[in-house]
Amino acid sequence: MKNSIFTVTENQNIARGTFRMRLSGDTGEMRPGQFVNIKLDGLYLRRPISVCDAEDGILTIVFKTVGRGTEKLASAEPGEKFDLLTGLGNGYDLSKSGEKPLLIGGGAGVPPLYMLAKKLVEAGKRPFAVLGFNTADEVFFEKEFSDLGCAVTVTTTDGSRGVKGFVTDALPAGYDYFYTCGPEPMLRAVYKAARTSGQFSFEERMGCGFGACMGCSCRTVTGYKRICKDGPVLEKEEILWKD
Amino acid sequence: MERLKVDLCGITLDNPVIPASGTFGYGYEFAELYDINILGTFSFKGTTREPRFGNPTPRIAECTAGMINAVGLQNPGVEKVISEELPRLKKCFGKPVMANVSGFSVEDYAYTCARLDTCPQVGWLEVNVSCPNVHGGGMSFGTDPASAAEVTRAVKAVTAKPVIVKLSPNVTDVVSIAKACEDAGADGISLINTLLGMRIDLKKRRPVIASVMGGFSGPAVFPVALRMVYQVSRAVGVPVVGMGGVSTAEDVIEMMMAGACAVEVGAANLVDPFACKKIIEDLPAAMDRYGIKNLKEITEGAR
Ligand SMILES: Cc1cc2nc3c(=O)[nH]c(=O)nc-3n(C[C@H](O)[C@H](O)[C@H](O)COP(=O)(O)OP(=O)(O)OC[C@H]3O[C@@H](n4cnc5c(N)ncnc54)[C@H](O)[C@@H]3O)c2cc1C
Ligand SMILES: Cc1cc2nc3c(=O)[nH]c(=O)nc-3n(C[C@H](O)[C@H](O)[C@H](O)COP(=O)(O)O)c2cc1C
Ligand code: FES
Repeated sequence: MKNSIFTVTENQNIARGTFRMRLSGDTGEMRPGQFVNIKLDGLYLRRPISVCDAEDGILTIVFKTVGRGTEKLASAEPGEKFDLLTGLGNGYDLSKSGEKPLLIGGGAGVPPLYMLAKKLVEAGKRPFAVLGFNTADEVFFEKEFSDLGCAVTVTTTDGSRGVKGFVTDALPAGYDYFYTCGPEPMLRAVYKAARTSGQFSFEERMGCGFGACMGCSCRTVTGYKRICKDGPVLEKEEILWKD
Repeated sequence: MERLKVDLCGITLDNPVIPASGTFGYGYEFAELYDINILGTFSFKGTTREPRFGNPTPRIAECTAGMINAVGLQNPGVEKVISEELPRLKKCFGKPVMANVSGFSVEDYAYTCARLDTCPQVGWLEVNVSCPNVHGGGMSFGTDPASAAEVTRAVKAVTAKPVIVKLSPNVTDVVSIAKACEDAGADGISLINTLLGMRIDLKKRRPVIASVMGGFSGPAVFPVALRMVYQVSRAVGVPVVGMGGVSTAEDVIEMMMAGACAVEVGAANLVDPFACKKIIEDLPAAMDRYGIKNLKEITEGAR
């Protein structure tokens, strides 16, 4: 974990209620699936947001506006400075990917898969991506994933773009392993539908984001884990769903 | 620095700043960031006789200038604390640590304290009487002077270490409880624990916290905490450790002017992991601004 100041260089509305922000700062040691925790003026707790990309001192995050914190982020102008805790969480384990890993993202769960796809491609793998959204105007990153060289399928719940239905209605055959991030109902559906092993990224309300408060604990097959420190990524085999 | 030194039940602290129980784990997360030996001491996560997972999640809710937590005393149990956490802590913390203890019966408290009494690393036992009394109808030990005194007596009987009883603010008369603990042999009083609170998620129309209610803390509770520290430190002769909403060096000084001899810092560590380090570094300049030569004199003057 590191604590440093980042400066907004760009903040763009890329889909309905969805923003891509670039910030310059110390991006050393940011891995796919890790997250940053952002201090915002007037709000007591920091806001956890996944690393979407990190390279050469530029951090990219993509977020959906759902409340006061993300609204504040959405209105930030270039030049604005934020206090970030970085290098949080375990991140995805790329060593298990096999040759043809499948990346399954839903809505605000798509961003962390971008840096993962990039690193997998750099390692010579050929990832597929299935990206799920509610409606066509919420779709983002279809082109970004294809530009990396991934085969991309988009799904929308109302069928206004791509395959009509959920991500689980469009899982391709022939993948070796999978990585997923998205809302919990989607993760549960993927857990049931997937035919291989894989890794899931979870969300939980956080007090600290760095393992000190036990605010984010969950039960797993291998014991209690803190989503913020021992997660957010858990292996399929260790997941114990709540209730 | 001599002017920051204070005494807590016969042990000298290099400064009065103590991360509060539950907000500092067993220290390692912070030891990755800074040398935690700069702290006066710290109070480790509330430890119980048996391991506990705690409450279902969500356990955290944001509030204006504060937060609610309903962690529910997740901890590995006293045996693991002794066999794993304390040896690991030894590598990054060389000072006496404050052991925070919780229980659901008088015997639980006594058992856990007796076990921790055998640990040379433990300087003080901070006995949190805010837990529900499972044998006494579920009311917290700390809301009734007689049960708080009973826990105090039971713990004092099994340890030679200073016993600091940590009080809940969720009571009508905190002074009577503090006095009952002092009469039962408490070597010190610490307060306040969290205030019972709740939030509702407007979109879902249900409480944010899975277990509905939780403990409210953070800067918003500072005035309530300060008031209680003031009342208690005027009523008892033993040292008082003040906490609740402390986030700056000025807050530490204010707590000491209300009568505290040392000050714990809770939620602030979660939003700024360097909070205690900054407070300690800021103290000398803040003291200069208010003409304070050394911190000890504040508490002595206040009481
Ligand atoms: C590890 C992790 C990575 C994340 N990555 C992204 C991302 O890349 N893009 C994105 O759009 N969102 C992401 N989220 C969700 C994001 O944290 C929430 O949308 C955000 O905290 C909401 O804040 P708010 O003030 O707008 O909403 P409010 O509802 O006003 O927030 C109130 C409180 O609840 C917390 N909270 C609300 N929703 C969530 C949630 N889903 N998860 C955790 N805490 C929540 C807030 O942090 C805050 O403390 C991530 C969450 C986690 C845990
Ligand atoms: C996440 C969290 C966990 C806590 N766990 C404990 C605990 O295990 N034992 C205890 O005595 N107090 C516990 N507390 C209470 C704090 O030690 C402190 O009394 C209270 O939060 C008031 O201080 P603050 O306003 O600075 O947070 C906890 C507080 C928080 C925020
Ligand atoms: S949010 Fe504090 S331990 Fe995970």
